[in-house]
Amino acid sequence: MSLRRLAPPEIQPASFAFNDANEKRVVREISKYPPGRQASAVISLLWIGQEQEGWVSHPMIEVVGKRLDMAFIRVLEVATFYTMFNLHPVGKYHLQVCTTPPCLLRNSDEIVKVCEKHIGKAQMTPTADGMLSWTEVECLGACTNAPVFQVGSDFYEDLDGPIMEKLIEAFRKGQPMKPGPQQGRTGSEPAGGPNTLIDPSLYTKKPETA
Amino acid sequence: MLADKDRIFTNIYGFQDKSVAGAKSRGLWDGTRKILELGPEGICDVMKKSGLRGRGGAGFATGLKWTFMPKEVKDRPHYLVVNADESEPGTCKDREIMRNDPHHLIEGCLIASFAMRAHTAYIYIRGEFVREREALQKAIDECYDAKLIGKNNVHGWDFDLYLHHGAGAYICGEETALLESFEGKKGMPRMKPPFPANMGIYGCPTTVNNVESIAVAPTIMRRGAEWFAGIGRANNTGTKLFQISGHVNKPCVVEEALGIPMRELIEKYAGGVRGGWDNLQAVIPGGASCPMIPKSVCDDVIMDFDALKAVNSSLGTAAVIVMDKSADLVRVVSRYAYFYKHESCGQCTPCREGTGWMWRVMERLRTGDARVEEIDQLWEVGKQCEGHTICGLGDAAPWPIQGLIRHFRPELERRIHERQARKVAAE
Repeated sequence: MSLRRLAPPEIQPASFAFNDANEKRVVREISKYPPGRQASAVISLLWIGQEQEGWVSHPMIEVVGKRLDMAFIRVLEVATFYTMFNLHPVGKYHLQVCTTPPCLLRNSDEIVKVCEKHIGKAQMTPTADGMLSWTEVECLGACTNAPVFQVGSDFYEDLDGPIMEKLIEAFRKGQPMKPGPQQGRTGSEPAGGPNTLIDPSLYTKKPETA
Repeated sequence: MLADKDRIFTNIYGFQDKSVAGAKSRGLWDGTRKILELGPEGICDVMKKSGLRGRGGAGFATGLKWTFMPKEVKDRPHYLVVNADESEPGTCKDREIMRNDPHHLIEGCLIASFAMRAHTAYIYIRGEFVREREALQKAIDECYDAKLIGKNNVHGWDFDLYLHHGAGAYICGEETALLESFEGKKGMPRMKPPFPANMGIYGCPTTVNNVESIAVAPTIMRRGAEWFAGIGRANNTGTKLFQISGHVNKPCVVEEALGIPMRELIEKYAGGVRGGWDNLQAVIPGGASCPMIPKSVCDDVIMDFDALKAVNSSLGTAAVIVMDKSADLVRVVSRYAYFYKHESCGQCTPCREGTGWMWRVMERLRTGDARVEEIDQLWEVGKQCEGHTICGLGDAAPWPIQGLIRHFRPELERRIHERQARKVAAE
């Protein structure tokens, strides 16, 4: 378990509202569930709110609760339980660095070191210009492309120290580099190209059916 | 070695066309209507005969699970929920299916839902997989447009498929925690019974299956149970997506037959262990909760459910984490202990308190600051944690530690003695 609390009142905004584009997404999310079961959409609504504002605030929780006909405490416990919700403001680019063993074995220590050097020792703390923050997270599920980190919607994979320095520099300038594997792979195939799925007949005729 | 023509996921690396047309050219959505004509019992029979065991880690027979659903739909609708909350460290197969080969999953959802008399299925995808969610949604939208799914579709079974996402909680990969989370609550596992097949989401009959289990179903139905059952050995049939990470030259995801020797898997597909096979120290064969096995066992163990169980480990999700001689095994296990501490939902006392306690002892074992008796105490406390919690997280948390103690106890004692000697020398 991790202990998570809302940000102190002095930094909470006065109000929150979904913008027009996100309002459409909210309607679509709620429509996925049977009538009366709209509470199922609570995670997606908080997520849309976080994408809009960068973090989950007290007024946002109230708005989501009213929208879904849920008590404030029910939304609050969801916001504090799920660790992807940032309960405090973070940098414009918030680097979530995986340090679970598959990444650890491929030297995520070095990635952490670069973050500490260029962003700061303290996690979840934005830089003075507000551009960057970082935190350690548990397994991101891209283990064959370790080490990895996530920013917003994107994964950056196959990292090492020098690559990490370049990536952070690009974020600082507000011009993120291309996400995905950083050392020439396109996905989870072995480096240098796959040695399976190379039979051309797989892709020229319909596979046999019994 | 499995021939390319026997691989199910022919676009797992995403080099081919991912659209409906592309999927059709690779044999998907072919004769789906004919498959449905077999009827729910017919489909379940084929799945049972294929011997497919759930690919999410527990290895329960998929066809049998489908038959647990009520035979008639009464006042409560039936649901299929696909578990795409892939978070077990080392595991990264469902991600590849969803972003590169999503039509296997979508067609599988239709077939499985029909077999369980469900008109609605939800895919619960972990929150971190945003791009995967987008790719899968795109594929679902295409299927709606092509009338492959939806109301009045070409297959004659009204079927809606929705994506639902989480927000970073490993525990939501547990069946009943997933159901709680789906309903908009904290992901805290439920007591069983009642089982989900009777009371799942919204109190309705629900079956939860792993992505890979569902995604292989269409190919099994098309090529026949005998084909699938002919790969591997009895009780361990079929192909499986293996994910090889850690200290190998070329980490990768690859589909192979169950029962492939571990050494062959690592050397043929992942470019071998860094520094050669003799530089191997230990392997975690199936994701975080599978106890590690030392090189002497790895030399000739084969990768299937029963063979790995026989060596006190398990196949799990077939996420092979390789550690060479440079790896600090105690640190690796301590990091796993931290993982479980972080991911415990806090509902049951043995797990909430135990995972933190085990992590703190592991940290002292890492530095050598513990006492030798504490190794036994750690073993005992782990055993007390096991079986005394609502869900499997409390069971699984001590397993990596037990694997370490079982095979590498001398290393733990060495650290303690060396640290002690240094302390004495300093005084």
